Amino acid sequence: MIEKTGIPSREQVMDVFPDVERINKGPVAVIECYKEIPCNPCTTSCKFNAIYIGDDINKRPDLSEEKCIGCGVCLSKCPGLAIMVVDGSKSSETVDITIPYEFLPLPKPGEIVDGLDRSGAFIAKVKIIKVLNPKSYDRTPLVTASVDRKYLYDFRNIRLEETL
Amino acid sequence: MIQTQLAIIGGGPAGLCAAISAAESGSKVLLIERNDTLGGQLVKQTHMFFGSEKQYASTRGIDIAKILLDKLEEHKDNITIMKDTTVLGIYEDGVITAMRDEDKYMKIKPEALIVATGASEKFLAFPNNDLPGIYGAGAVQTLMNVHGVKPGNKVLMVGAGNIGLIVSYQLMQAGVKVEAIIDAAPKIGGYLVHASKIRRMGVPIYTSYTVKEAIGSDALEKAIIWKLDEAWKPIAGSEISFDVDVMCVSVGLTPLNELLVMSGCEMQYIPELSGIVPMRNENYQTTVPHIFTAGDSCGVEEASSAMVEGYLAGLCASDHIGNRHPMYEEKKADFINQLEGLRSGPEAAHIRSGVEKSLRR
Repeated sequence: MIEKTGIPSREQVMDVFPDVERINKGPVAVIECYKEIPCNPCTTSCKFNAIYIGDDINKRPDLSEEKCIGCGVCLSKCPGLAIMVVDGSKSSETVDITIPYEFLPLPKPGEIVDGLDRSGAFIAKVKIIKVLNPKSYDRTPLVTASVDRKYLYDFRNIRLEETL
Repeated sequence: MIQTQLAIIGGGPAGLCAAISAAESGSKVLLIERNDTLGGQLVKQTHMFFGSEKQYASTRGIDIAKILLDKLEEHKDNITIMKDTTVLGIYEDGVITAMRDEDKYMKIKPEALIVATGASEKFLAFPNNDLPGIYGAGAVQTLMNVHGVKPGNKVLMVGAGNIGLIVSYQLMQAGVKVEAIIDAAPKIGGYLVHASKIRRMGVPIYTSYTVKEAIGSDALEKAIIWKLDEAWKPIAGSEISFDVDVMCVSVGLTPLNELLVMSGCEMQYIPELSGIVPMRNENYQTTVPHIFTAGDSCGVEEASSAMVEGYLAGLCASDHIGNRHPMYEEKKADFINQLEGLRSGPEAAHIRSGVEKSLRR
């Protein structure tokens, strides 16, 4: 269980995932904030009022899948790096998954890297689509990988050859 | 004898915020810091902070230090900064003695005093715990994030509280392999979002494990851990060995309270606040009326709350010496409200209980 291992259960992951119909319409955030902590930058950074926490900053964020456009700003603002964006509108075979990635070297678009699950185990090779690192992201770059759809609920990290 | 309205001991997050808040209230402040830089532990924190906008959430600790130092600069007419200066004693007549640059002694007589001395790291007893390569988490952060020196190549992290988890992540960012994180408690103590981001880098977390012994001739070569049963007794035969050259011990902090004890204010052992802490009222005033406190020295908590406590103590200590901020009541209510917000969640249940015990109404 997550309190012992740091790995959320499949049920926990499924619980915060938008359904496939929404994912196929276009990019949307997935917020993996499984426990109440005093924190609310996701909601204050969202220009679309798509994330609700309310006056008690300890409450878990509530995502409006209708309002969220998957812009990714909250990914770089979340101190827990707990948010990703999934986009199933590009292909029926793959899904584009954007994660915050604070390690050097950064991957390059087109590069094939190891895709990892929430325990850090290898799941499949994935292709890097996009790497964004503007100043506004404040040293939390966002990396988008194209991932086989069967790993939609598994993919959560990447590993480059050079890194440990 | 140096005369000042308000002396603040400690230039970490609580002391800096206390100085800013006191200067905004119109107090003449003397800020005393034993190191040659201000910012305390903030300057080692490369991760984004939690909390809300008022506590600089989503900003990295090192950048929060810059924000606070810029604010300090805005009030430079009211704030005198004394670095490389260690306060040695607080006496019953209100005089404090200090030593600057290791050889210059001085006496300071403030009208009011804020003690914001922070906390020190706890250590763990196990055979060979004095081998080179065994560090406290603060030392590892200082080496890496202040001096740019890798502490070693392979690390066993002892402690899965927020500091252990964060320092593990920073070690990996620095290119150091973290072999595992262990914790004697049956559950991860830090925020789960921190645990998850390290776990997905492939670092295993062993709960209910402690260090059995360290092995090495001239320096650490091996760390042996073993499992604890439900009564926290080690289980023979459960040993796991790690070939590591660094063991990073992050098993909690305890308030740096010596000056408060010396000042004669009433102290009490409150385990939820991690040690012996001063009794204080909602203004962070101790039982010695001219002495206030803020930050980890009055109870180990997060830097976010240390900053708010500093703002509150600076405001109230200024009021105590007749410098009432024009918006005193509003500001005080806001700071108290912020602290309640930071402390109202399930992760802060022990803090709520400890704060309740330390309050003198």
